[in-house]
Amino acid sequence: MALEIYLDLFSQPCRSVYIFAKKNNISFDFMKVSLLEGEQYGEEFGKINMIRKAPAIRDGDFCLAESIAIMKYLAEKYQTSDHWYPADLQKRARVNEYLSWQHMGIRMHGSKMFWLRLLIPKIMGVEVPKDKMDGALEDLEGSLKLIEEKFIGDKPFIAGDQISLADLVAIVEIMQPVGSGLDVFEGRPKLSAWRDRVQAEIGKELFDEAHRGILASQEMVKNMDSSKMQVFKPKILRFFL
Amino acid sequence: MAGRKTVELEVYLDLLSQPCRAIHIFLNCNKIPHKVKTVAIRKGENRTPEYTKLNPMQKVPVMVDNDFVLTESDAILKYLATKYDVPGNWYPRHPERRARVDEYTAWHHTNTRPHAAKVFLMEVLLPHMTGQPADPLKVERALADLSDTLEKLENMFLKRQPFLCGDDISLADLLAMCELMQPLGGGRDILKDRPKLLSWKSRVQSALGDSFDKAHTVLYSLRDRSKAKL
Repeated sequence: MALEIYLDLFSQPCRSVYIFAKKNNISFDFMKVSLLEGEQYGEEFGKINMIRKAPAIRDGDFCLAESIAIMKYLAEKYQTSDHWYPADLQKRARVNEYLSWQHMGIRMHGSKMFWLRLLIPKIMGVEVPKDKMDGALEDLEGSLKLIEEKFIGDKPFIAGDQISLADLVAIVEIMQPVGSGLDVFEGRPKLSAWRDRVQAEIGKELFDEAHRGILASQEMVKNMDSSKMQVFKPKILRFFL
Repeated sequence: MAGRKTVELEVYLDLLSQPCRAIHIFLNCNKIPHKVKTVAIRKGENRTPEYTKLNPMQKVPVMVDNDFVLTESDAILKYLATKYDVPGNWYPRHPERRARVDEYTAWHHTNTRPHAAKVFLMEVLLPHMTGQPADPLKVERALADLSDTLEKLENMFLKRQPFLCGDDISLADLLAMCELMQPLGGGRDILKDRPKLLSWKSRVQSALGDSFDKAHTVLYSLRDRSKAKL
């Protein structure tokens, strides 16, 4: 049975897994999951993944969630090039350090921006209050600054001279607010230069393919049927407003 | 060469911090030679120019191994488990078992950690900092989120196994346990009505021996002071 990877490319961690698998020529069945339609709450998906999140993989009998765990597992199984997840103890620790920080450090802020700018106005029918938007923007900017100064610094990539899982996970998160129409690279030459290097390593075609959906978000959200998305209302009220 | 052996591994810890306790326990449990440098966040010791030079993010824990400076307890524990000769159950080498630990430690960041920490923040830290009583609505919401996480721990990770990632204790249980202890600082035992989690807790404590209580001494004192106030 082929490796199955459950993905929704609107989700940042799904993009990192997709790019990683494609870049490393790992053959898999692309199992599409539509998160905004709530497919992760269905019975079928529950059998794959008790955590009910995407991305998820099914490798024979082995099921796994969490993009970082998935990519490390695939790196080991398919013996991908060392630079993705270096065997060297200190280099690996640097990658792990970023992967740990980023959950709350950037992922939360980038995701929030996408919800505040696009999804919430669509689902709730109202614009988000200015103070909430300003607060979220401030958090995002703080994170981007830390990424530039502490994690990248004056190195070409987060872990050093070569691209690793850290850069891959970083870039997909940073692209999320971009999908909502916010150009986070403007006025950030260091971050832009890093992005260019990462894109070059991944390959422009693969990078663009993975991001096609998210970059068309503004149009897509406009055309969505907001009645199908009402299931997210309680989550929105709890987390964002 | 005769003379005192220099300890090259230093850890900067505040034992009121959950991830710091996890590292403290791991080092002691596995008898890894190290030096602890205490950083009292409540006294602002993380904001000194010296500490800021070490860690610009002004957070704990920090590990310094010779010249190698590392933050993030997740990364530090995996580094230590790999570098030192510790039993294989902590961070298994077998890819599928290792993946389970990686899966939990990722999930932990956006579930166990923030939800348990928020209860402590609302009940103890904020009132202490502002001098205002805890906001009951905010505490209620924090407890609801935490309850959700506890249910997931019971029904997902601990459904058919004694520890979060399998038959034996791992980094996952260590990190989770330290987070779930935190609300105790405010006198609140969040596990008391949850027998499944209570038995998991006693298995974890058993596996950790007295390193567990040693790491939690400061938290226990805080709990006793909180209880005395009620």
